[in-house]
Amino acid sequence: MRRNSPLVPYLFVLPLICLLAFVFGLSLIRLVEFSFKQVRGIDGPWIGLRNYELVLNQPLFWESVGHNLKLFMTIPVMVLVALTLALLLYERLPGWRIHRTILFLPYILAIPIIAVVMKEMFQFSGPVNAILTALSLDFMVLDWIGSADVALWTVMGLIVWRETALGVILFLSRLMALDESLIEAARLDGASWRQRAWFVLIPQMRGVIEFFVVISAITMLSAVFAYVYVIGGGRGGPGTATMVIELYIFNALIRTSLPGIAAAVSVMLFAVSLLLIWALFRVRRREAE
Amino acid sequence: MRSRPLPHLALGVASLIALIPTVFMLVTALKAQEEYQANKTGWPDAFVFDHFRQILFETPIFLWMANSLILVVGSVGLSLIVACLAAYAIARMEFRGKDALLAISTALMAVPPVVLIVPLFVLYTRLGLISTYGGAIIIYAGLITPFSVYLLVTFFRSLPQELIDAAVMDGASHLQILTRVVLPLSLAPLLTLVIVNALFVWNDLLMAVIFLQDDAKKTVMAGIAVFQGRYNNQIPLTMAGMAVAAAPMLILYLTFQRHFVRGLMAGAVK
Repeated sequence: MRRNSPLVPYLFVLPLICLLAFVFGLSLIRLVEFSFKQVRGIDGPWIGLRNYELVLNQPLFWESVGHNLKLFMTIPVMVLVALTLALLLYERLPGWRIHRTILFLPYILAIPIIAVVMKEMFQFSGPVNAILTALSLDFMVLDWIGSADVALWTVMGLIVWRETALGVILFLSRLMALDESLIEAARLDGASWRQRAWFVLIPQMRGVIEFFVVISAITMLSAVFAYVYVIGGGRGGPGTATMVIELYIFNALIRTSLPGIAAAVSVMLFAVSLLLIWALFRVRRREAE
Repeated sequence: MRSRPLPHLALGVASLIALIPTVFMLVTALKAQEEYQANKTGWPDAFVFDHFRQILFETPIFLWMANSLILVVGSVGLSLIVACLAAYAIARMEFRGKDALLAISTALMAVPPVVLIVPLFVLYTRLGLISTYGGAIIIYAGLITPFSVYLLVTFFRSLPQELIDAAVMDGASHLQILTRVVLPLSLAPLLTLVIVNALFVWNDLLMAVIFLQDDAKKTVMAGIAVFQGRYNNQIPLTMAGMAVAAAPMLILYLTFQRHFVRGLMAGAVK
C-alpha cells in the first residue's frame, strides 16, 4: 500500500472501531432495547415500561440502592485518612519510602483474595474477636460477617482499608509535583506542619481531592461486586444485608434468568454513572488547567 | 524535624494496618490446622508446609492460574496491537473523524463493566461463546483498550517529529515507522500498560464468574471465591491458597513498583 493513500489511517483505526463497536457500541444499544422487552433466552416481545415498573416497585431493589448509598459514607473517611497519610509521607521522614511501598500494598492485592482473608479474620470465633477479648474489649466483639446488622459495616471497613491506598498515592503524587519554593517560604516564616498543610498544601490539592471523590463515588456505585460476592457468600447475605445493585443485576441475569429486568436496572445505573462521569471530566479539566 | 514521635507513630500504625492481613495470611498458611484452633493470632510453634503442597498438588489452582494467564496474555496482547495501531494513526496522521474517535474511546473508559454484562451474556449465549477463552479475551480486550489508546496517544504525540520525518525520507511505510521507530521508543509506557492491564484482567471477578462458568475454564479469582466454601473451617489451608494466588502480583509489584504506581495513577478511572 502506498504511503500517501488516504485509506491508510482508516486501516490503522479499523481494529479499534470493530473492537469498541462490538464490546461497547452494540452492547449499549441492545441493553436499552432489552430493558423494554420481556426477554426469554435471547429475545422477547416489547413490553414498554413494564420492566422499569416491576423493578421500581420491588423493595429489594430499593434496599440494594440504599446499601450502595450507605457505601458513600466511606468516601469522607478515605479522603481524611489518605490526605493525612499523604501529607505525612510528604515530610520525607526517614524510612518514608518503605511506608509508601507498604501503604500501597492493599491496592495491589486482588479484592477476592483480600476479602477471603478478611472474612476469616472477622469470623465470630476468629482472630479479631480473639484479640478484642484478650484486650477486655468484649463490648466490641461482634458477629462481623454473620450478623445482618453488622455485615455491611464490615464490607465498608474492607473498602476503606483497600481503596484509601489509591487516595494516598494520588495525593502524594500531586504533592510531589507542587512548587517547593512556596512551601520552603512558609517553612522559613516559621509555619508549623499543621499550618503549612492547612494553608499552603491542601488548598493546592483541591483538584485531585475532587477527582478522588468522584472516582470513589463511581466505585461505590458500580464496582463493589467482588467485595460483596465474597463477604456475602455470593448471595448478598446474611439475608439481603449486603445486597448491592451489581449483585441485583447479576442475580436477575444469571440466577433468575430475567435479562429484561437486569437490563432495566443496568440502564438506570448507566444513566447515574454518566452524571458522575460528566462530573469527573469537569474535575479533570480543571485539574489540567 | 529532629524528634517528632507523632508522625512516625501515625505512619507506623497505618503501615501495620495495611500489612496485617498479608501477615495473617502467610503466618496462618504455615500453621497446623489443630494449632490454629487454639492459637489464632500468635506465631506458629512449628512451620507446616503441607498446606502449600496440598494447594499446589490436590486442588485445581494451577489450572485456574493457567486459565487466568491465557486470558491475560490474550487480551493484553490483542489490546496492545489494536491500541498501538489506532494510537499511532490518531497521534501522527490526519484523517476525518479522528478527534471524535479519540473522544469516544476516551469516554468509554468510564463505562462501568457491569452495564455490559446483560447484552454480552445474551449475545454470547446465542453465539455459543460462554465459557470460551476467545469470547472472554475479546471482552477483556475491549474493556482495557480505551485506556491504552488514551495513554499511547498522549505519549506518541510527545515524540519529536524529526524522527518520523527522517524515517519517511528513508522511504519507510507507516507500519515500519510504528514498529521500528515509535515502539522502541515507547517501552516505558508499554510496560506500564502491560502491568496495569494484566492486573485488571488477573484480578477481575465479575466477568470471570459470568463468562467462564465451566469448571475447566475457571480463573484463579473465580476459583478462590468458592475456595472457602469448599474448604470450610480449614482456614490454614484456605490461607495457603490465597497466598499462592496472591504471589504473582506481589512479586510483580515489588519488582516493578514504579511502573505499577505510575500506571495505576494514570488509570485510576477504571
